[in-house]
Amino acid sequence: MPKITINNVEMVVAEGLTILEAARLHNIEMPTLCYYPDLDIKNDCRVCVVEIEGVKGLVTSCSTRVREGMNIKTHSSRVLTARKLIVEMILSNHDSNCTACARNMNCELQRLAKSLNIEKNRFESVLEYQLIDEGNDCIIRNPNRCIKCGRCVDVCRSMQSISVLDVIGRGHQVTVSPAYGRHLNDVFCSYCGQCAAVCPVGAITEKDNTAQVWEALHDSDKHVVVQVAPAIRVSLGEDLGLPVGSIVTGQLVGALKMLGFARVFDTNFTADLTIIEEGHEFIHRLQNGGPLPLITSCCPGWIRFAEHEYPDILKYVSSCKSPQQMFGAIIKSYYAAKANIDPKNIFVVSIMPCTAKKYEAKRPEMSVTGTDPDVDAVLTTRELGKMIKQMGIDFQNLTEQPFDSPSAITTGAAAIFGVTGGVMEAALRTVKEVLDEHKLDNLDFVDVRGINGIKEATVTIKGHPYKVAVAHTLSNARKIAKQVIAGQSEYAFIEVMACPGGCVGGGGQPYGTTNKKRIKRSASIYEVDESATIRKSHENPIVSALYHDFLGEPCGHKSHELLHTTYTNRKIT
Amino acid sequence: MLEHKLITKYIGKIDPLSIASYMTFHGYKMLRKALRLGGEKIIEQIEIAQLRGRGGAGFPMVIKLKSVAAQTNRPKYLICNADEGEPGNFKDRYLLENNPHQIIEGMIITAFATGVEKGFVYLRGEYEQAYNILSRALEDAYKKGFLGQDILKKGFSFDLEIRRGAGSYVCGEEFALIESIEGKAGRTRVKPPFPTTVGAFNKPTLINNVETFATIPSIIEIGGKAFATIGTESSRGTKLISLSGNIRRKGVYEVPFGVSLRDIIKTLGGGVEKGRKIKMVQLSGACGPIIPEYMLDLIMDFERFEIFESKTGAGAIIVIDDRYDMFEILLRIGEFFAHESCGKCTPCREGNLQLNKLLEKFHKYKASEHDLTLLETLARMIHQTSLCGLGQTSATAIISTLHYFRHEYINRIEKSVTMEDSRHA
Repeated sequence: MPKITINNVEMVVAEGLTILEAARLHNIEMPTLCYYPDLDIKNDCRVCVVEIEGVKGLVTSCSTRVREGMNIKTHSSRVLTARKLIVEMILSNHDSNCTACARNMNCELQRLAKSLNIEKNRFESVLEYQLIDEGNDCIIRNPNRCIKCGRCVDVCRSMQSISVLDVIGRGHQVTVSPAYGRHLNDVFCSYCGQCAAVCPVGAITEKDNTAQVWEALHDSDKHVVVQVAPAIRVSLGEDLGLPVGSIVTGQLVGALKMLGFARVFDTNFTADLTIIEEGHEFIHRLQNGGPLPLITSCCPGWIRFAEHEYPDILKYVSSCKSPQQMFGAIIKSYYAAKANIDPKNIFVVSIMPCTAKKYEAKRPEMSVTGTDPDVDAVLTTRELGKMIKQMGIDFQNLTEQPFDSPSAITTGAAAIFGVTGGVMEAALRTVKEVLDEHKLDNLDFVDVRGINGIKEATVTIKGHPYKVAVAHTLSNARKIAKQVIAGQSEYAFIEVMACPGGCVGGGGQPYGTTNKKRIKRSASIYEVDESATIRKSHENPIVSALYHDFLGEPCGHKSHELLHTTYTNRKIT
Repeated sequence: MLEHKLITKYIGKIDPLSIASYMTFHGYKMLRKALRLGGEKIIEQIEIAQLRGRGGAGFPMVIKLKSVAAQTNRPKYLICNADEGEPGNFKDRYLLENNPHQIIEGMIITAFATGVEKGFVYLRGEYEQAYNILSRALEDAYKKGFLGQDILKKGFSFDLEIRRGAGSYVCGEEFALIESIEGKAGRTRVKPPFPTTVGAFNKPTLINNVETFATIPSIIEIGGKAFATIGTESSRGTKLISLSGNIRRKGVYEVPFGVSLRDIIKTLGGGVEKGRKIKMVQLSGACGPIIPEYMLDLIMDFERFEIFESKTGAGAIIVIDDRYDMFEILLRIGEFFAHESCGKCTPCREGNLQLNKLLEKFHKYKASEHDLTLLETLARMIHQTSLCGLGQTSATAIISTLHYFRHEYINRIEKSVTMEDSRHA
C-alpha cells in the first residue's frame, strides 16, 4: 500500500487508487466536471489537475494513480491559478444566464465557479449561439450551455449502445449533437434520458411540464388526478434532502394532496393489473405454441429502441400497455364513469422516474376517448421535487397519507416493478402459482435480482423448466435482441429495462445517480415488497373486483380495448 | 564538411520508382543481414546506437522496441508516422518521395525484431506524390517477396499498408493517429496505457517517425557502435533539417547532431537576403520556440533543447527576417492551433481561442499590462494542463517570445497607451 502525501498530510492508501479517489477518501473535495462515478475516465475538462512534486506539468487526478512517495498538492497557487482560468474559459463559452436555466442552484459548473470565487470573468464571451433542440416531448438539448465534458456521449455510447450523441467538429467549434446536426426526434434516440441524468449543467434536461401541470391545477373546471410510479417513493426523498433510499410513500401522497391534486393514485395498482394481463398472455403463449419468448413492454425506452432498431422483435413483445398507460385508460373510462365526470374534464398527471414516459403518453394509440391522451402530463421525479419546493412544502415533516381508491391496496409484486428483475419476479409469482395450482413456498426469485447486466434463471412450472432472462441498459437489451432475432434465444420470458438498475436508475431520477445509489434505492424497493401484506398481484382484491365489475376476464374483450396496444416498425431504411 | 549524408546518401542517385535501382545501391541487403542477425541482435545494435525517435519527442527507440517485443498479445502493430503536418517540416516528404524503399526496409527489419505481423504507414493526406511513390514501392516490395508471407523464406511474415490522413494536424499525435487508423475521429486518448501495450485496435503497437525507420538500415549497415560515434553525447547519429523561411537556400539537409544553428543557417542555407537581418528563428515548427539571433550558436542536441521546455522537434528551422511583425507571426501560429485543436480538452480548445483574442490586442495596439499578465498566465496554463502534445506545445511560441522578446510586448503596450491618448485627443 503506497504511502503518499496530500497537502502535507501523510497517508497510506490502497494500491490502484487514483489521486482523485485518494483525496476524496481523505475528505478533500476535488473539483470535477467530466469525471462521473461508474463512467469512463475522459480527462477532458482538466479542472481536477493537481501538482506533484518533481513533475513538470500539472496532472489530472482523475486519471493518475497514486505511487509510493508521491507528494501531491491539490490546492496550490499554481493549481488554483490554472483551475480558475479553465473555469473562466468554460464560462466564456457558455450561456451563463443562470436564472433562466433548469439547473440553477443545482449545477456543477455554477458550484465550481462559486468555490473558485469567480466573480468577474477575465475573458470576453466567445459563445456563438446555436439552435436549441426541442423538437421532441422528452429531452431538450441546449448546446449553448454545453461544456463538452463528454458524459452524455459516454452513456449514449457505452451504456446504451445507441450513440446518437457524439462530439462533432473540432477546436472551439466542437459541439455535442446527433450526426449532421440533426435533432433527437430525427434519430434513433430512445429518450431514456440517461444523458440528461449525467449532464453536469443545463445542456440536456427533460422537457419541463410543470407549468402545464400548474395551469391544470389552477383550472377549476379540471378534475386533476395524479398517479405515482413504484420507483418514486424510494428516490424523491433524495431530491428533498433526505438520505438516499428513504421510503417516503406517505409524505409523497401528502405533498401531492397539498399541491392540489383531487385524487392521488398509486401506479402500483396497474402494475398488479399488468401482471394479470401479461401473466395470462404468457400462459396463453405457453399453452398455444408461442410465440416465445414473451418480452416485457412496460419500458418505453426499450419499446422505442426495439421499434427503431429491431422491428422483427416486436411480435414477441407483450401487447400490454405499461402500468402508466393502463392507469390512464382506467381513469378515463372506469373511474370517470364511476365518479360521474366527463373524461374530457379529467386531467391525468403521472410522476415517473423516466423521460421516455413523456413520449409514451403522447403516442396516438394511447387514447381511450380517441381525442385526448389518457395521460395528459408526465413529470419526472426531479420535476415533482421542483413543484414541492415551489409550493414551499416542508416535505420532511409531512404527515403520511394513504393513496386513494381504487389504488389503496397494492402488492409487493407491484412495488418491485421499480427495479431490474422486478417485473419478471412479479410475473413469475403469479404465473407459477396459477399454473402449478398450489401456493408458492418461496416468493423470492433471487436469481433475477441484482445489478448484473444480464441475469438468467431457470424456473420450473408444472414440472417443466423454463429459462428466463432479465436485461437492463440498452446495450444489454441489444445483446438479447440479437439473440432472439437470430433464433438463438432459449428463453421463454425476457424482461428488458432501458436504464441501469431499472426505474430506480431512470433518466428522470434525482441528479447524481450512481451504482451505489441505485443499489440503495433497490434495497428500499425490496423492503417495500417484504413489508407488504399482499405480495402477489393475483391476490390484490381490488384488481379482482375491477375484473368482476368492469373488465370481465384477463385478456378479454374489454382488456384488449383498454389495456393492450400495438407497435410500429420505425426502422429508417 | 557540415553535412553528413548517412541516410540520404543514395538520394539523387536512385530512381524512387524502381526497386531495382534501390537494390543496385545495396537495397534490401540490410534486411537479409538483419534476418541473419535475429531479433535480439537487431535490438542490441539499436541500443548501442542510442537511437532516439526523430519525430520530435526524442524518445529512446530501444525502450519501445523491447516493450513491444515482450508483448504476447496478438496481433501486434507497427506504425510509421508519416503525418508530417507540422508547419516548416518537409524532411519526411523528402525521404518518402526520394527513397521510399529505405523506409519500408527499416519497417520490415523493426517488425522482424519485435515480432510484429502488421504495419501501417499513416500518410499525411496532402502528400499526393508521396502516396503514389510509396504505393508503387509497396507493390514492388510485395512482388519481390520482401513483404507478405514467409519473407525471404525465413518463416517471417509482415504486411504493410498505407492509411491516408484527412488533413488534421492532431493526427500526427500518436493516439489521435491510432484513433484515425481505427476509423474514428482524430482525438487523443488518456495515457497511460501507452501504445506499446494498448495501441491500435487495443493491441501492442510500435509507432515511430519516417526518419527513424529510414535510419534503421543504416544502423544495420555500419553497426550501432559506428553510428553512436556520430553526433553528441545525448544525441547520436545524424538529423534531417527542414530549413525554410527568409533564407537563400531552403531545403532538407542531413547534419550530424552537434552542429550549430548558425552554421546551418549561414553555411548551408546561405543566410538571409542581402540587406536583411535575422530577427528571429523558430525551431521545430509552429509548436516550437522562437529565439533571437544571438542564440544561434546553440547546437542541435536533444539535451540542449530542453531549456525551451519543448522538444527538439523534428528538425525544422524557420528563419524570419526583420521585415516581419512578431505579433502577426504569433497570431498566424495561434490561429493554426485554434483551428487544429481537436477540442477534447478545455485548455487547448478554449485557451487557444482566448490567446488569439489577447494577441489581437497586441497586434492592433490595444493591449494593456493586464492583457500581458493574462496572456502569460494563460499560455503557461495551457502548456501545463493540456491533454496531449498539441495543446502542451501550442503556446511555446508565445512563452518563448515572452522570454526573449519581452521588450516587443512592453513596447506594444506603451504604444497602445499613446495611440489611445491620440484617439481621445
